[in-house]
This record gives sequence, C-alpha cells and structure tokens, in this order.
Amino acid sequence: MDDIKQKLLSKSKQTTEDRRGKILCYACLSLIIVLIVSILYFIINRGTATFTQNYLSLTQFLTGKQWNPGHHQIGALPMIVTSFLVTILAAILATPFAIGVAIFMTEYAPRKGTKALRAVIELLVGIPSVVYGYIGLMVVVPLVRKLIGGTGFGILAGTLVLFVMILPTVISLTADSLKAIPVSYRQAALALGATKWQAIYKIVLRAALPGILTAIIFGMTRAFGEALAVQMVIGNAVLMPEGLGTPTATLTSQLTSQMGNTVLGTVSNNALWSLALVLLLMSLVFNLLIRVITREGVIK
Amino acid sequence: MTQIMTAENVHLYYGKKEALHGFDIGFDENQITALIGPSGCGKSTFLRCLNRMNDLIENVTITGSFKLQGEDIYSPRMDVVKLRKEVGMVFQQPNPFPLSVYDNIAFGLKLKGIKDKQVIDQIVEESLRKAAVWDEVKDNLKKDALAFSGGQQQRICIARVLAVQPKVILMDEPTSALDPVSNAKIEDTLVELKKDYTIIIVTHNMQQASRISDNTAFFLNGDLIESGKTKELFLTPKEKLTDDYLNGRFG
Repeated sequence: MDDIKQKLLSKSKQTTEDRRGKILCYACLSLIIVLIVSILYFIINRGTATFTQNYLSLTQFLTGKQWNPGHHQIGALPMIVTSFLVTILAAILATPFAIGVAIFMTEYAPRKGTKALRAVIELLVGIPSVVYGYIGLMVVVPLVRKLIGGTGFGILAGTLVLFVMILPTVISLTADSLKAIPVSYRQAALALGATKWQAIYKIVLRAALPGILTAIIFGMTRAFGEALAVQMVIGNAVLMPEGLGTPTATLTSQLTSQMGNTVLGTVSNNALWSLALVLLLMSLVFNLLIRVITREGVIK
Repeated sequence: MTQIMTAENVHLYYGKKEALHGFDIGFDENQITALIGPSGCGKSTFLRCLNRMNDLIENVTITGSFKLQGEDIYSPRMDVVKLRKEVGMVFQQPNPFPLSVYDNIAFGLKLKGIKDKQVIDQIVEESLRKAAVWDEVKDNLKKDALAFSGGQQQRICIARVLAVQPKVILMDEPTSALDPVSNAKIEDTLVELKKDYTIIIVTHNMQQASRISDNTAFFLNGDLIESGKTKELFLTPKEKLTDDYLNGRFG
C-alpha cells in the first residue's frame, strides 16, 4: 500500500513536463507583452514630448502648414493630408480591380487557374517594397511627368505605386471572403432563375460585404504605413499638395527621410516621434474599424 | 391526368461512372410525386436533372429526353435561367439568403424585373401565406431571415420559390433537417400547394411519402424499380425489391 501511496504522491515525469511547457509558453508571452508595452510607451512618451516638454501647440501640429521643427514650426497638416490622400486614392483604385479579380478567381476560373493566380499574387506580396519603389521611380514617375507635367513626383505617382502594392493583399482577402460564402446561397439564387452574374452581384457580394470592407481596410493600413516605396516617388517636400503632380511628403516618407538627421531629445527629433505617434494612432483606428465591421457581420 | 414533365431513357454519368441507368418516368400535373429509395440510389441526382442543377457540377454527362410541357429542357435553345423560373427547387438544408425575410421573397420578383412596390408587397404576403409562415413572420418582415428557426426558414424558402410562380416545384428532402412539428406543418403546406403546383419530392421518410404523395417512384442503385399510385405501390407492390424495401428488409 505504501508503495502505491508513494507513487501517487510523487510527481510523474509527464506532470513535470506539462508544467515546464506551460511555464515556457507564459515566459514567451510575457516577453512579447513587455516588448509591446515598452514600444508603445516609448512612442507615446517621445511623441507627446513635443507638446509637454517643448511646449509646442497641438493645434499648430494638426492644422499648421509650415514644417520646420528646427525653428519650432511643426505644422504636420501637409503630411497628414498627403498620407490620407494616397491611401484613400490607392484604395479607391484598387477596390474594383481587386473585386473583379477575386470574383474571377472564386467563381469563374477553373481550379488550376485559381491556383496559378494565387501563386502569382502571393509572389507579388513577397516583393520587397524597395523594388516597388524602384519601379515607381524609374517607370511611374517619368510616366506621370509625361501625362500631367511637373516633376512627376507627388500624389499620383505615390497612389499608383501603392495601388500595385496593396492590390495583392486586397485581392487575396477579398477572394477568401467570397469563398467563405456558402455554396447553398449560390445554388438557391440559381435555382430561383438568377443568372450567374445576378447570383454573384446580388447575393455573394452582398453577403461578403463585411469581408470585402475588411480587405480594403487591410489594404489601406498597408498603404498608410508604407514608407520606403512612397518616399522614393512622393518628392519629399513638406508642402501642401497643390495637385496630383506636385512634390509633397507623407508621414512615413518624412520619418524615413529625416530620422537620420536628428539627435535624440531635440525638438526636431521629438517632432518626428509625434509623426510616429500619429501613425500608431491611425493603425489603431484601422484595427478598430476592422473589429467593428467583423463583429457587426452583414451590414444592412 | 396530363403529365407536365416527362423523362425518357435517362442516363447520367459522373465522369465515366454511370449513376442513372436508363428509365422512363412522368409526373402528373397538380399532384405530388414522391421519389423514395435508400441513400445513394440516385433519386436526388435525378431530381437535379429536372431543373438542370447538375449543369453546375463538372464532369456530369446526361443523356435522354427531358420535357416540360412537351419542350425539351436540354435543347440548346432552352434558356436555363427561364427554365429554373418554371421549375423551382427547395433544398434539403434551409438556405435563406442573409437578407430580410421580405428581401428573400422579393429576390425572385426583382429577377423577373418587377419593380412596382405594391405588386411586390402583395406577392410577398401571398407567398408567405401559401407557405403557411405568414403569421409567424408578418411582424418581422424586415428581420434577418437567418434569425428564424429551421422550420420557419424552410417555409420562407418555400415561399421564396412560390413567389416566382413556377409550374413545378422540386423538393430535395425538405424536412429531413427539421423537427417533427415543423415537418408536419410543411407536409400540410405541400398538400395545400398541389392545387396550384406540381410537386416532386425526394424523401427518405416512407411515412411522409405515403401521407402526402399521390404517386410514388421507387429508386434503387440508379434504376427506377417501380412507380405508380402511392396507395397501390405501398399496399400491393408489383416488384419484390419494392416490397422488401417497404418492409425494411434492406435500405
């Protein structure tokens, strides 16, 4: 009897292993949490320093048009406007193409074609942004110059490059959401005498609307946050955009082009952190939007 | 009794494998015909030939002559979209669209190009009444159809088919996913409906076939073994196989 008691009361090898596995998971998790919290803290702390330590006005930051942090001018409006413009224009341009290709992939293409197309699209996602930027600089900028004059750098060039960059993301997410619509909806529509296009247009697309919106917002998040490729074609002058073809700057392009030129703790440096803070807040907004849309389900 | 639909010498192949082995069958107008038989006997496959839903499956070859009121439905000149407006279908799983009840019923009308709101309102109500679900949904026409119970959803689906005013309604085990109460309601509905429609129903449930159908066809392994008046087929089957199946000796 004592033997059995002894056996049952001492920890078995498996129990110890189980506990070790659990500890390992928690350790990894804690490390990641610490990392995220410290990044957030750092950005928020530095980003607000412009206003709390250098006593520059937040209103000026959000509405001013003069950007010269060395001389305490921190009007970030041109960058905010340009960032939103290229993002929204790229999304508007990409959405119809993405929906078209996604419909082709899920409804019309034979299975082999879909597979090949998917492989190509995944390849496009994997191309580094500097390559897109290079193509933008060498092909898109001269083309824009020829089309609308000016230097060719600016919102149109940025939009076109971002359009190509976000297209694969939006396509594959849209295709996923179309594929998730039950076949039974399509069958029901067809059995009622709908043509294939009517079934797609009136039922499948409608049912997939939340998924499609999510796909577009994911694309916008990517466009908003893209730095390198945009920096190469946007012109990098902090000026209010006067047209589609005048040089300007986005939040990200300003960050990448200036971050090497400032010293930690100076106003110029803090002002860049403030730009980073705006980017962080915007990605938060995009994420919240996606959550709201996915939770609400079908939008009436 | 006139036959509204006929099928002669029906052969169907999935790739090279023959699934239906050549038989003739006709369907009387304004009657309920039940197709019975064990799983995999080809009754659902055959049903889907009648509104050309099998067209959607790759690698299916169908031969034989299928006629709706004398017109060959597989003729190259036949418009499949129009055919499906004449031959409606109710599926095994209730499959309302993720839209409001009203929009579900109005869907087919809009396909037909009917835009007059009054006309649509009227047909929506009529169809829901005929499908015996009006009283349960009339206060919630704007509510998502998926929010109703399975039995109500299935009757909404029936109403959706009725709104298109087909001549023939195909039903593929419409009550197999439902509880007995919903089942009974739908059976009552079907018996009411045969005044205006011809109904062809696939069912696993032999009691259901005997309760509601006028004619019954017994399928086995891709062959039509026997068909005729339901009473005669159930009481005095001509074939031994039918007798065995009805008495639960296999299947």
